[in-house]
Amino acid sequence: MNGYNFAYLDEQTKRMIRRALLKAVAIPGYQVPFGGREMPMPYGWGTGGMQLTAAILGADDVLKVIDQGADDTTNAVSIRAFFERVAGIETTTVTPAASVIQTRHRIPETPLEPGQILVFQVPIPEPLRFIEPSEQETRLMHALEEYGVMHVKLYEDIARHGHIATTYAYPVKVDGRYVMDPSPIPKFDNPKLDMSPALLLFGAGREKRLYAIPPYTHVESLDFEDHPFEIQRWEARCALCGSAESFLDEVITDDAGGRMFVCSDTDYCLTRRGELS
Amino acid sequence: MYVAVKGGERAIANAHRLLADRRRGDRDQAELEVGQIQAQLRLAVDRVMSEASLYDPELAALAIKQASGDMIEAVFLLRAYRTTLPRLAVSEPLDTGAMRIERRISATYKDIPGGQVLGPTYDYTHRLLDFLLLAGGEAPAAEPGEQPLAPCPQILELLDAEGLIERERDDGTEPCDITRDPPDYPVDRATRLQMLARGDEGYLLALGYSTQRGYGRNHPFAGEIRQGQVEVEIFVEEWGETVCVGEIALSECQMINQFGGSREAAPQFTRGYGLAFGHNERKTLAMALVDRALRAEELGEEVQGPAQQAEFVLAHADNVEASGFVSHLKLPHYVDFQSELELLRRLRQEYEAGRHGACQEVDSPETTTDERTATSGDHP
Repeated sequence: MNGYNFAYLDEQTKRMIRRALLKAVAIPGYQVPFGGREMPMPYGWGTGGMQLTAAILGADDVLKVIDQGADDTTNAVSIRAFFERVAGIETTTVTPAASVIQTRHRIPETPLEPGQILVFQVPIPEPLRFIEPSEQETRLMHALEEYGVMHVKLYEDIARHGHIATTYAYPVKVDGRYVMDPSPIPKFDNPKLDMSPALLLFGAGREKRLYAIPPYTHVESLDFEDHPFEIQRWEARCALCGSAESFLDEVITDDAGGRMFVCSDTDYCLTRRGELS
Repeated sequence: MYVAVKGGERAIANAHRLLADRRRGDRDQAELEVGQIQAQLRLAVDRVMSEASLYDPELAALAIKQASGDMIEAVFLLRAYRTTLPRLAVSEPLDTGAMRIERRISATYKDIPGGQVLGPTYDYTHRLLDFLLLAGGEAPAAEPGEQPLAPCPQILELLDAEGLIERERDDGTEPCDITRDPPDYPVDRATRLQMLARGDEGYLLALGYSTQRGYGRNHPFAGEIRQGQVEVEIFVEEWGETVCVGEIALSECQMINQFGGSREAAPQFTRGYGLAFGHNERKTLAMALVDRALRAEELGEEVQGPAQQAEFVLAHADNVEASGFVSHLKLPHYVDFQSELELLRRLRQEYEAGRHGACQEVDSPETTTDERTATSGDHP
């Protein structure tokens, strides 16, 4: 696009981000501060993920963008159109065909492959933020590996509800060291983080932090021996493709309480329907 | 048969077309020109330039037009443009003492060298709607003063000569650049002032106001407020000298605040500082109050009010960040909401089952947490 550099950001900025990314990959789960720039889209709408995507995109990359698992949600459409415009690269909705996938709130159902990169949009990168609002304090807690408060919080959930009441942005421990916020993905997706063959990058634009999980890194969801981590389950199957394995969105079909469940991952659902018919 | 919603791309394009149509409004009215905004809505232009951290009145006016007058949207437009600009030079520190004064007042002395200069101010206007403006009446031109302005020294320098006010020292360290480096709390005063200078006016106003009402009170006096044109100079290495590259309009507020003194230091007034592009007086007053409040720790004061908590104040001052994150709630959250629904339904089922159980087994009314969870484990 005229007047702008390839993928919008100038090369100096991209280099700054790539350096921060290398540090993030070297220290899995550690939040690296970076000089986040204003993007021509609002903070909170994926500017962190977009800066990471812009920094790693090459002319040969094939980009997929999803929001809530779907390729056709408005913000995913908007971000995909942005990169088509400023980078002129090929885009796709097919998970295995993409070399870079930017996502908000989901990990695709189709298992990722070595060489693929998944870029997460992160609103609040600090997993301890809602326990300790001060950045000065939480940084110290990470440095000292002082994560007891997180377990206390999860324990209090069990005492009150009989369950850990965190259903998304469920905290994980990366490579036995850093407690990390996996971004607001449903805890259903947490097991996909563990030993993922793909590189997982996380970008928080407003908070100016990025972090990473390198391929084949051990990622465990925090839990207790007597209250092991478990994922969401549905009594229903996807009404369109019949999957019993995927994360289901509830769709309200009328004003008389009628509802149905469909896959949140549109590409996965379409592919299955194609195979069935 | 249910069909998933498609067509986001067309919907977005159509929404933008409708927006452009609404922005233009009634075609029977003449279209607003950017030049008119720049000349006649100059306080709006000044605010947008300040909070966007870019001095460009014409583009600020364009942003206001493009945003249909939504100031935060205009700030965002200009800020996003600013990011793409190359950085050609860093200016020398501005000398506001050498300002070409348009307005200059002090609330601490009745008469001051150079005098009190009211300039173009809304102060003392009676807030009565002027129906002449509605009728399209022409405003008379202002009469130029009979004599040129005398030099206007900085009022706080006069106090400084007596040692009554703390001296500001430049320790020579390179200030952090908040547009390039992520904040690393706790941040120093230079960084704080940068963050306050682009902070939202309404937010700073409320915080400054809160210090006046007792949440971190610091006894302020408006030592001096000045507004006018200041030269911007850069050092050109090839020539070995500084050259003036232009003038910008600035508002500056120097607040005088009390300080008890200590065993080591004689009692002395302290300072709060506010600076903004253009005519932006309210912003600079509020900024000076908040700057002084944020110095609580440095000056050994107890931190009591929200305005004194640096991380709280600074992390939430930027309206582009704040507006983005608040408005992101409009984005789809189907997946997270579905996760909450699933858990809530499960908890309510268990609650009902627990109540029935309690009614039937009067002998053992306590269902332990473990038992309840065991039941839920069987749940599909």
